[in-house]
Amino acid sequence: MKINRAAIAQAPGKSPKPSLLREKGLAKGLIDHYSETRGKIVIYGSALLMIIAVVAITLFLTVQGLRSFVVDHINFWSFITGTTWNPDQSIAGKVSYGAFPFIFGSLAVTLLAAVFATPVAVGCAVFMAELAKKWGQRVLQPVIEILVGIPSVVYGLIGLTVIVPFMRVHFGGSGFNLLAGALVVGVMILPTVASIAADSLRAVPDTLREASYAIGGTKWQTIWRVVIPAAGSSLVTAIILGMSRAFGEALAVQMVIGNTNTMPHSIFDPAATLTTIITLSMGDTTAGSIPNDVLWTLGLILLVISYIFILIIRMLSRRRNA
Amino acid sequence: MSSKVTNRIALSLIVLCAVIMAGILAALLGYILVNGVTSISWHFLTSESSTFQAGGGIKDQLWNSFYVLIITMILTVPIGTSGGIYLAEYARPGKMTSFIRSCVEVLASLPSIVVGMFGMLVFVDYFQFHFSVLSGALALTVFNLPVIVRVTEDGFRSLSLHQKEGGLALGLTHWHTIKTILLPAAFPSILTGIILSAGRVFGESAALLFTAGMSTPSLDFTNWNPAAPTSPLNLFRSAETLSVHIWAVNTSGIIPDIQTVANGSAAVLVICVLLFNLLARALGKVINQKLSGKS
Repeated sequence: MKINRAAIAQAPGKSPKPSLLREKGLAKGLIDHYSETRGKIVIYGSALLMIIAVVAITLFLTVQGLRSFVVDHINFWSFITGTTWNPDQSIAGKVSYGAFPFIFGSLAVTLLAAVFATPVAVGCAVFMAELAKKWGQRVLQPVIEILVGIPSVVYGLIGLTVIVPFMRVHFGGSGFNLLAGALVVGVMILPTVASIAADSLRAVPDTLREASYAIGGTKWQTIWRVVIPAAGSSLVTAIILGMSRAFGEALAVQMVIGNTNTMPHSIFDPAATLTTIITLSMGDTTAGSIPNDVLWTLGLILLVISYIFILIIRMLSRRRNA
Repeated sequence: MSSKVTNRIALSLIVLCAVIMAGILAALLGYILVNGVTSISWHFLTSESSTFQAGGGIKDQLWNSFYVLIITMILTVPIGTSGGIYLAEYARPGKMTSFIRSCVEVLASLPSIVVGMFGMLVFVDYFQFHFSVLSGALALTVFNLPVIVRVTEDGFRSLSLHQKEGGLALGLTHWHTIKTILLPAAFPSILTGIILSAGRVFGESAALLFTAGMSTPSLDFTNWNPAAPTSPLNLFRSAETLSVHIWAVNTSGIIPDIQTVANGSAAVLVICVLLFNLLARALGKVINQKLSGKS
């Protein structure tokens, strides 16, 4: 016994500590147990982080955005509906904060962009999902993915060098106007809408199409009367997702829309949106001043409206699942 | 009008839509590349931008874009993949899970300028990171996280249940199964998604305007000490990225060669995004072939 112990102690390179635990797999069980906990902590932590991010964004922007009403005592109603934005007293020496031109500009750009993009996008989706599945998959799918990937400033730059001069020549004025902004954003959201719409059309079961062909419907009748109504609310979801992207777009619109503080009277007038006024003025105002606070309030309006978009999309998808 | 004629007209209109879509891409790419490639030169890529003279380049902006992208990815990929794994493997249906899902959805659909404002409020002012690479990367993390989460979750969900059951049947713990069996199997699709999202991050501008700033100190590319104020590696210096540069040059630039610089930068940006796209496709194909043993 004694000899044995000495031999083990003298054996070079071997750990004198028990190998029993390892042999029986006990140590491994222990380590694994810890790794299980560790893994769970990492994973639950990341999920928690996502919640923290959303709550923090909402909270911080709300607190900062309400400053102009709570601290600076601006009337909420006159802020939302007022049509004169005059933060630096440049006109008649009277400061006024009426954000309606920007709210109107944002909504107008969003709606016009949807009007331009929807027919082409849905048509393209129908082509991909119904008419030419192979071709759609091999050619149009990559086209759409690349279009989605092109950065928004590049769309803005093209708007600036192509659409604005075109407007200037054909419709007069400076060329910077609401229509140019809507066109740029419309092209931007085109691929998003098309790819989601194509997905929702593909989800329509084939049995419906076969039934329609069986009673002698043409391809178009099948698409128009059967497939599109069946995909109904997901198609609307696609369009609304596109609109929410159009609503939040900042720099591309800013480059072409003209950025005036006044209400546009036609689509050929320059205008401004919530995002453009924020990007333009944020750097010129000092933190904590009233002109700065009202910009944060505009940001809050932006946040609230994007929440409304999210709610609409959720409602549509819930109705679809129900 | 007979239904046959309507059919023909309607179908040709649909084909027209598809042609318009492909045409727009061709026109966009053609315009950017034709206009921009002529102004790309070695000098343009490797010289500093100038604030008022002609002949400036985009060296610093290009470096900043890649640097912000890398920092963002270092932050996003671990958190995003774990979040995706949570949703795919651990989340039980219930109030909490649906709340997390809503959070991901909200993060994904927030306008990027709102994320930028939040970044300005929290990272730039509250944590005193100022306009810096770090603030920019953190803001982009908020923006990119939901994308990676979705990609990971989809990757895990597309795996067959046999793999997981096999692991569990061998007596592995759930986490060990995920780590050693499921994650490697889902890796190709996750990687493809990550590269595609990298293209998006690379071109993002509005969120960076208020976080990474609109200027760059003149960088000293011989000084790689991360603490030095002019070091390219410094996390706490302001960093104008390429896409912000395009915007800034066009809206407030006073250099005489705006067109050249803007077109050249746009071309570089688009070429990079295209490369990301091609890389993702090629990698996906190669890994797929390896896995299915058809190499």
